[in-house]
Amino acid sequence: MTDVAIRCEGLAKQYRIGERESYKALRDVITDAFASPFHRFRSALRHSSNGAASKEEPYFWALDDVSFEIKSGEVVGIIGRNGAGKSTLLKILSRITEPTRGHADVWGRIGSLLEVGTGFHPELTGRDNIFLNGAILGMRRAEVARKFDQIVAFAEVEKFIDTPVKRYSSGMYVRLAFAVAAHMETEILLVDEVLAVGDAQFQKKCFEKFRQISTGGRAIVFVSHNMSAMRTVCQKGIVLDRGKVTEHGEINKVADRYLENMQPDLLSNEAETASFIVEEIYIGSEEGSVIKTFDDVKIRVKAKAKTDIVDPGLYVGLLSRDNQRITALDLKDFQTVPGITSGDSFELGFDISALPILPGSYELEVFLKDLGHHKIELVPGRVGFDVVESPVYGGRKIDSWYGQVGLRACGFAKVTSLINSDQ
Amino acid sequence: MSDMTIIGATSSRSVSAPSVRRAELRRIRIEPSTGWISLGLKDLWQYRELLYFLTWRDIKVRYKQTALGAAWAVIQPLFTMLVFTLFFGRLAKVPSDGIPYPLFSYTALLPWQLFAYALTESSNSVVANERLITKVYFPRLVVPLASIFAGLVDFVIAFTLVVGMMVWYGVRPTWAILTLPFFVVFAMATALGVGLWLSALNVQYRDVRYTLNFIVQFWLFASPVAYSSTLVPARWRPFYGLNPMAGVIEGFRWALLGKAQAPGAMLGVSVVVVGIVLVGGLYYYRRMEKTFADVV
Ligand SMILES: Nc1ncnc2c1ncn2[C@@H]1O[C@H](COP(=O)(O)OP(=O)(O)OP(=O)(O)O)[C@@H](O)[C@H]1O
Ligand SMILES: [Mg+2]
Repeated sequence: MTDVAIRCEGLAKQYRIGERESYKALRDVITDAFASPFHRFRSALRHSSNGAASKEEPYFWALDDVSFEIKSGEVVGIIGRNGAGKSTLLKILSRITEPTRGHADVWGRIGSLLEVGTGFHPELTGRDNIFLNGAILGMRRAEVARKFDQIVAFAEVEKFIDTPVKRYSSGMYVRLAFAVAAHMETEILLVDEVLAVGDAQFQKKCFEKFRQISTGGRAIVFVSHNMSAMRTVCQKGIVLDRGKVTEHGEINKVADRYLENMQPDLLSNEAETASFIVEEIYIGSEEGSVIKTFDDVKIRVKAKAKTDIVDPGLYVGLLSRDNQRITALDLKDFQTVPGITSGDSFELGFDISALPILPGSYELEVFLKDLGHHKIELVPGRVGFDVVESPVYGGRKIDSWYGQVGLRACGFAKVTSLINSDQ
Repeated sequence: MSDMTIIGATSSRSVSAPSVRRAELRRIRIEPSTGWISLGLKDLWQYRELLYFLTWRDIKVRYKQTALGAAWAVIQPLFTMLVFTLFFGRLAKVPSDGIPYPLFSYTALLPWQLFAYALTESSNSVVANERLITKVYFPRLVVPLASIFAGLVDFVIAFTLVVGMMVWYGVRPTWAILTLPFFVVFAMATALGVGLWLSALNVQYRDVRYTLNFIVQFWLFASPVAYSSTLVPARWRPFYGLNPMAGVIEGFRWALLGKAQAPGAMLGVSVVVVGIVLVGGLYYYRRMEKTFADVV
């Protein structure tokens, strides 16, 4: 099982700056045509993204000289911040868009799942959509027919199979869509962040399916922001940073390094509320921004007062990524804070000992208060942080099934034997 | 999409391969396409089932969402025919080559509606299937092709009425009816040729969508639907064939009713025009399609 499945060499993709390369109105072309008739019209007709039609336009490299090799039977996670180029890479590998430079060789058929339910039509029934979606993903009709029952069972939608999918709950919809894709028999499977939807139990089922697929000797490339999912599912990891590969190796090492290098997750810009300018919100342990279960953790909020604050206060909520408040702290329960004059900088926060939070992604919600003026102001934007995988209770991996809170506990066992107790 | 080459795994590779399966794997090379692009017909053939399913989806969805369903396929040309008969046939007394005017115009409306529908749908097809194009790989030609085929069902339904009309007016078909399929295909080829250009342009210039109505309307009056091409002086008729729909419609009338003359030179010109537009459209489309996913 050491065959190469994917090999990229110097892969690069250039895009025009801006969110997307936008289409134009004919009006512009016509006005331009009057300005310089031939040149403009010709370049408009044969406009192509890599043709560098006019030099003034600013371009940037969404992928820059990406080279790596993936073997068959491997599950590889692609890690990177928003806009790092993860989806672009998958789009190139699945031949949706062309690279600008470089090349990739792929051995075997490629199945890609860049979005859940691409091509699903709300008016059609689940049954119809299975066949339609199968065809879109490149499966043969006979192949879909053969796996039909498996797909339906996997998605757990037996009862609704002849109902139009517009009547499905979003969970059912996602399950059905993923089920079709999961039954593709391509040698290579590319999956973009699609499992974030769906409930935890279904995610688990999907990961199980991934493992099955990869033990069958097929390669999976998997993009996710969910580090603990990555660690469970993948063997290898590749870190993309602004279009470049910065790490490639065993997933846990790569993920640890990635989290270390990641700047402590601050608000990207200064945030402002009615009475405060927030400069930094920091959460970290002694080892910096890497936080493990039962680490001592510091939370700091650095800010400046815009007006005089009579009785400053701080409230910090700790939320799971699915928006559930796990716990919250109010500074006034621990500490009194003197008044702050307008323009003064200050730093408030908490020192938490042995944070009992299991590995996963979490968010902080911060409120600053001026209790003297009865003001409670939410700092816009949440601060995300990860509790990284670590041996919480000894060696075994603790997954999301265990919930979010870790407990310091000791075991207890007592056995009373009936036979022996008589003597 | 990349200009891809598929090569069997090289032999040096299969030596190290643990099983036969490995040797069977095909290598796909993904790289920037340069130079002359092939039409990728082989790839298209591989995806014929997708073509079938997309066509099937368009048809099924359309009939599912309308109360009258398939009846619309007849109602539209029928009412157009009635309006034409009243204004052009009765009031303006437009000559109809000795064919009863209702039959005369309805026969022309059949290929016309097929063409107009196919043209409109195919021109919008790439933009309408944006989600598919940005998220899945498949030969992009499938999209306009599927919308062309979806129009055929309407055509077949509307066709049943013309059979009834022919019986009613006692028009007996001649052997020329055997050429009918050719004219149907020709109408679709015309729509595809123009539709390929417009759908690719539509990705970059959304104006196409708004001009489309105008184009179709203008084209209708430039085609011999409400009138006969015999209104055009014989000398100029080959030039009239520059509008391929003139060749299609006159040919269709001739094939079905056998009354008018076979459209000779005019049809010849039309065939050449469509040939050029279609081949040009195919290459233009293939050339532009690699930017679809980034731009649409
Ligand atoms: N069609 C396009 N035209 C122009 N720029 C694009 C296009 N598609 C993506 N980009 C840009 O390329 C960069 C990489 O985008 P990409 O979607 O690959 O990021 P990502 O790593 O998947 O991010 P995320 O984690 O948010 O999904 C981004 O800056 C994005 O704005
Ligand atoms: Mg992405």
